[in-house]
Amino acid sequence: MKKLLSLTLAVLMVFTLFAGCTKTDTPDTGDEPNENTAPPADTGDTASGKVYYLNFKPEQDGDWQELARTYTDETGVEVTVLTAASGQYETTLKSEMSKTNAPTLFQVNGPVGLASWNNYCYDLKDSKLAGELASDEFALMDGDTMAGIAYVIESYGIIYNKELLAEAGYSEDDIKSFDDLKNIAEDITARSDELGFSAFASAGMDGSSDWRFKTHLANLPIYYEYKADGIDTTAEIKGSFLDNYRAIWDLYINNSTTASGLLSTKTGDDATAEFVTGQAVFYQNGTWAFNDVSELGEDKLGMLPIYIGADGEENQGLCTGTENYWCVNKDAAPEDIQATLDFLYWCVTSETGVKAMCETMGFVIPFKANLESTNPLVNIANDYVAKGYTPVSWNFPTMPSEQWKNGVGSALTGYAADQSDDNWAKVVTAFVDGWASEYEAANS
Amino acid sequence: MEKVIKRYAPFFVIPTFAAFIVGFIVPFLMGLWLSLCKFTTVKDAVFVGFSNFQKAVFDPIFLHAFWYTALFALVSFLVINTLAFAIAMALTQKMRGTNIFRTVFFMPNLIGGIVLGYIWQLIFNGILARSGAALALSEKYGFWGLVIMVSWQQIGYMMIIYIAGLQAIPDELNEAAAIDGATGWKKLRNVTIPMMMPAITICTFLTVVNSFKLFDQNLSLTAGEPAQMSELLALNIYNTFYGRVGWEGVGQAKAVLFFVLVVGIGLIQLRVTRSKEVQQ
Repeated sequence: MKKLLSLTLAVLMVFTLFAGCTKTDTPDTGDEPNENTAPPADTGDTASGKVYYLNFKPEQDGDWQELARTYTDETGVEVTVLTAASGQYETTLKSEMSKTNAPTLFQVNGPVGLASWNNYCYDLKDSKLAGELASDEFALMDGDTMAGIAYVIESYGIIYNKELLAEAGYSEDDIKSFDDLKNIAEDITARSDELGFSAFASAGMDGSSDWRFKTHLANLPIYYEYKADGIDTTAEIKGSFLDNYRAIWDLYINNSTTASGLLSTKTGDDATAEFVTGQAVFYQNGTWAFNDVSELGEDKLGMLPIYIGADGEENQGLCTGTENYWCVNKDAAPEDIQATLDFLYWCVTSETGVKAMCETMGFVIPFKANLESTNPLVNIANDYVAKGYTPVSWNFPTMPSEQWKNGVGSALTGYAADQSDDNWAKVVTAFVDGWASEYEAANS
Repeated sequence: MEKVIKRYAPFFVIPTFAAFIVGFIVPFLMGLWLSLCKFTTVKDAVFVGFSNFQKAVFDPIFLHAFWYTALFALVSFLVINTLAFAIAMALTQKMRGTNIFRTVFFMPNLIGGIVLGYIWQLIFNGILARSGAALALSEKYGFWGLVIMVSWQQIGYMMIIYIAGLQAIPDELNEAAAIDGATGWKKLRNVTIPMMMPAITICTFLTVVNSFKLFDQNLSLTAGEPAQMSELLALNIYNTFYGRVGWEGVGQAKAVLFFVLVVGIGLIQLRVTRSKEVQQ
């Protein structure tokens, strides 16, 4: 009996040993970047290659999984899709890239994100995928190499509930400027008991929702400042339009479903729920949120530009751009690189791939094969362009660091709880001084 | 028998030792090396010398986190140990249902840190909302929130250690003290506490080091809000690592400093409390 026991224990120990071994081996074998940088053979036997996509967009996780399965069924090439949790992409990417089976396909969010990953980006200039781009402006260049290719163009603004707006006695045509928006929002707030709904869904500052304000809303003052100064990035922001930022933020927090002091606890799901259940007329978000708000019914959904009261806003359209660039891992095995390029080419050219991206995922893709969108929010954005409004470009990829965004976010939360000039001064400090110090910290 | 043990010793030691090398020694040495490098992933490190340490030391938020953590460690050490000791005393009196109480007090320790943080966040925010406040608005709320949460979590665990210590005190000593006329406070001061020093050493070590290392509860309860003011050291290191492009090495340098600090405090504390232990 005793013998049996010691034997079992010994076997168990040996197992632990082996488990340990496999783990040590992993980083060792992965450490051969030199050999792997050789360009993949053109004719590469793709069947032996694998694709591993680290996806950024949690909203489309299921769709990508399905598209990957379809591709595997069609071609026999194995495609793994892993989606990082919301807000955890960089963390996940950093640890995944250190592994032997690193992602062959990953994303960066623009020039600032590229700065940490440029050594990993395969030059896509001569790929068939680059040939499918509708315009070169959607390529992310790092000097002469084409490090990334945008795969989706998105728009955001203030999504609104047409039915509720009509119930309050207004229509979309009444909102052409910040003042209109302010008057209507304040009127709704004044009558909210009688109407039974509020103007804005909660501007939650929980981590699942604060990016809508510290990043997306902050894009507007940055956009107008860049425009006024004729630049497209800067080491030192002046904050010329921060009074406008304050005005729109005041409007959001004082006319919402939630008391402004409690915004720090509100999540993204809270805001979506409030909007979908008709507790609020306005909800700032973008085309990617269509699946979340579609319950309301397509005919009730509208989208407005985010007016902040800057000069020239009568021509302002929605905020349209991208922060999603595909990059192919240059350290992956040549056959995997080839398999990845083939997979991407298939995604943006084959009928199945394009349909999945444009219809199921509701994307506008910057490739020649782009289809008419079935996402009504996208069509609204296109209407604005067709009517001659100028889309607001996405300048937030030039924000110097995550730390900067967090600083602005915290200051906004503090200000929401106590709307004093002192607290707004803290927002300005985080915005202006924070920009300079973060820019220096990240570029020194 | 001894011979058998000797013969099998490597068999039992080697696997654990290998795991220790893989799980501790190698990452530790890699960490030391990386703190001197600029890197994005562990594979592309480029040596840059001590500039990471320079940036780490001159980071005002890091210093703030240090003092905040030190204060937090002190307060939670006092609260946890006083309460745990008191409860242990109460639950070693001969009364009915002590086992049930012990179990109940121990239970919070079975819940993982992240879950605990979110649950307590809901509770605190629920209470603070009555006065229009929220955890994220002041580092004071975050501080006391953390103290209450870790106390709730760790008192039960420390209580078990104290109970074991109390039960190990020979009855003769208490009887002798009683015959000599010692009661209440005198007995506690001159018999119980000296006899309990080994348990106090362990509990002090655990609470101080746990407070310094606290991460998941901090992340889920306050996430450092407002503006990193409720960030403890471990969370500050994590945020440095991921907060800016190119600052991974600085985060790593902070982690090395942090290691030295925790080891230093642990050793000093052990030496101080050990010297007070008495031989039975």
